[in-house]
Amino acid sequence: MLRTRIAGVLAAGVTLALTLSACGANDDPLSNEPAGGSSASTSTVTIGSANFAESELLGEIYAQALEAKGVTVKRQFNIGARELYLKALQDGSIDLLPEYNGALLSALAKGGAPEGVSSPDQVLTELKKVLPAGTEVLEQSAAEDKDTLTVTSATAAKYSLKTIEDLKPVANQLTIGAGPEWQERYQGLKGLESLYGIKFKTFKPLDAGGPLTVNALTKGQIDVGNIFSTDSSIATNKFVVLEDPKNLYLAENIIPLIRTAANNPTVSGALNAVSAKLTTENLTTYLAKVQVDKQDTAAVAKAFLTENGLV
Amino acid sequence: MNLSYLFDAAHWSLTDDGSIPQLILSHVWYVVLALIIGTIIALPVGLYIGHTGRGSFLAINAGNAGRSLPTLGLLMLMVTLLGLGLTPVLIALTVLVIPPILTSAYAGMRTLDHRVVDAARGMGMRPSQVLFKVELPMALPVMMSGFRSAALQVVATATVAAAVGLNGLGRLLIDGLAVNDYSRVLAGAIVVAVLAVVLDLILALAQRWIVSPGLR
Repeated sequence: MLRTRIAGVLAAGVTLALTLSACGANDDPLSNEPAGGSSASTSTVTIGSANFAESELLGEIYAQALEAKGVTVKRQFNIGARELYLKALQDGSIDLLPEYNGALLSALAKGGAPEGVSSPDQVLTELKKVLPAGTEVLEQSAAEDKDTLTVTSATAAKYSLKTIEDLKPVANQLTIGAGPEWQERYQGLKGLESLYGIKFKTFKPLDAGGPLTVNALTKGQIDVGNIFSTDSSIATNKFVVLEDPKNLYLAENIIPLIRTAANNPTVSGALNAVSAKLTTENLTTYLAKVQVDKQDTAAVAKAFLTENGLV
Repeated sequence: MNLSYLFDAAHWSLTDDGSIPQLILSHVWYVVLALIIGTIIALPVGLYIGHTGRGSFLAINAGNAGRSLPTLGLLMLMVTLLGLGLTPVLIALTVLVIPPILTSAYAGMRTLDHRVVDAARGMGMRPSQVLFKVELPMALPVMMSGFRSAALQVVATATVAAAVGLNGLGRLLIDGLAVNDYSRVLAGAIVVAVLAVVLDLILALAQRWIVSPGLR
């Protein structure tokens, strides 16, 4: 009886090995389209988004703005972190993404964003130099959403924290929570260490400015959290956003990143009209409808477009 | 996708936080805790129901309902209610291991040869002696198979702990996906699979050791 069991286990192992080697044949699990399938039909635009609520809302706004102009749209939201979705854009799995100019520049430029570049226009100029071949950016909006280091008002009072620099003497007692990608990103733990000389006691890999991070911060399970500046939970929970005097986080204007093959005057016209209407204030308001009032993303996107006369 | 992450000696250091041996250790820790708690809850209930035949309808249906609960959803719910930490993870994993242990304890007891139980009674054994000397040893093979399937499920599912900031081998999967490092994801998948096979072999040997030779 034991012998048959062991044989069964071994058989399972062999099956697993075969399955894994089958995985290896197709190096990219994201591209489920047959080769050349997406570029053949130029009328369909596949829109991707990162794995947080605002990116998904922006993706939905882009989608409905394009649909209003008669463009066929495919939604491929909630893909993951930048490391993941940029690859999907380059291999043609997706055509269009809402991006943040500063974070994108830091991700693409070798060694991070060049020194002295921080204003929206400077960032855009630098960004255009390093875009991957076959991609382009359209007009950037005035709306900005930055990464922040945020603490509760109690923590801020206890250690008298106003800026990120104030963390330096106390960081070795503090726990920071952010998305897992922060461990290996310049605009994460690496930049905090090299630019500010800050090393935290522990890093807790949670989500990118999402409910886990907010929850952990309010319950005191992390001391410092990476929360996005348009997040309404900052005001709701009376969090303190630490200033960034050394500009580790650059301008973060929202900008459509698109594959050149998918771009045409109809598409760019619709998206530039959206960018012209987006501001940090109205984005924060509409994002709160999704995050706080738990409204449907598609309905909120529609309300935004209707109110701004875009559909 | 390749095996470079798995075979990089730097990832096998015994002392570094986040090295593969440390992740295996924390992973096994979650698995063992969930199995212990699950057994403490499910085994007595299963034995009682199997021995007496009372409440079997409730037990079987509760067990099946437990099986259909999505662990990740339950985990996120627990984290929202209780905050981060080991407790929500253990609750989610324990709910996962209870059904197979409970139903196999029940089934093991119900499928006994009743003539043997009657013979034991006829020999003048007290009810507790019948339970511990006759019914339990005879039900062991079925109960162990339930325990082994619970162990395999929980080894694979304990990876969800990493979704809420804990360690375990899920760290390799979730961090690897977040930074687009498929070699790391593959390393995590392989280590989890190997761990499951090794654990099942250990339990198979344990079963051989504790089950009476006459029943094999």
